[in-house]
Amino acid sequence: MVGVRLTPAQVLELMPQQRPFRFVDEILEVDGQRIAGRYTFRKDEWFYAGHFPGRPITPGVILLESMCQVGVVAMGIYLFALERSVEEARAWTTLFVEAESEFLKSVLPGETVTIRGEQIFWRRNKLRARIEMFAADGTLVAQTTASGLGVRNG
Amino acid sequence: MDTKTAFGKIISIIKPFVKNTTAFGAATDGTRIIEDLGVNSARLVDIILAFEDEFGIEVDDESADRVRTLGDAVQMILQKTAPAL
Repeated sequence: MVGVRLTPAQVLELMPQQRPFRFVDEILEVDGQRIAGRYTFRKDEWFYAGHFPGRPITPGVILLESMCQVGVVAMGIYLFALERSVEEARAWTTLFVEAESEFLKSVLPGETVTIRGEQIFWRRNKLRARIEMFAADGTLVAQTTASGLGVRNG
Repeated sequence: MDTKTAFGKIISIIKPFVKNTTAFGAATDGTRIIEDLGVNSARLVDIILAFEDEFGIEVDDESADRVRTLGDAVQMILQKTAPAL
C-alpha cells in the first residue's frame, strides 16, 4: 500500500464535516508541513440568531472550529493519505483533543477569512499545529496551537 | 543514570498532565499513568516526545505501547540510556 499526495480539492472532498458544521470552503494549498484554507461566513449561519440577537458576531468557538478543520482535520487527512493510503484517510476521524487560543478581532456575517496552519508534530496519529486566521485585509483575527488525535471509525 | 534520578525526571515531565493529584502525591513504580493519574491518553504522545528530548533517546511505537506505569517508563528509559556493552 503506497501513500499518495492528495490535491487540495481531494482533501476537501474527504473531510467528514458537512454543512451546517463545515467551516471550510476551499483548501488553497497543502503539503506535509503547511496548509491554507478559506471560508466565508454566510449571513444566515445558524448561530447568528443567538450570538447575539440584533448584533451578530461569529462565536470564538466557531472561529476555533474553522481553524481546526483546516489545520488539524484537513492536514490530518493529507498526512494519513501521504503516509498510508486514501482508504486509510477515509477510515480515520481526527478528534479534537486540546488547544490554546487567542482571539484578536471580531468576524462579522459575510466576512471571508483565510486560515494558515503549520505542523508542529505528527506522531502516533496525533497532529499538533500552529494555526492562524486572517481577515480579508490581512489582519490577524485569531491564533491557536491545537491538536487532534486520529481514531479509527467504528 | 540511576532509578531514582530517572523516576524524578519522569515525575516532572508527567506532572502538568496529571488530573488526580492525590494519586500523584503517592506515586510509586506501580502507579498507572492513565488509570491512576488520570492523564488523558492523547497526552501520552506529548509525554513520549518529552522523554525523547529530556533523555536524548528515540522511543519507537512498540516501546511506547509497553509503557503503562511509572515503573515501565523508568525501565524503558534506563534501558535506552544504558551505555552499549
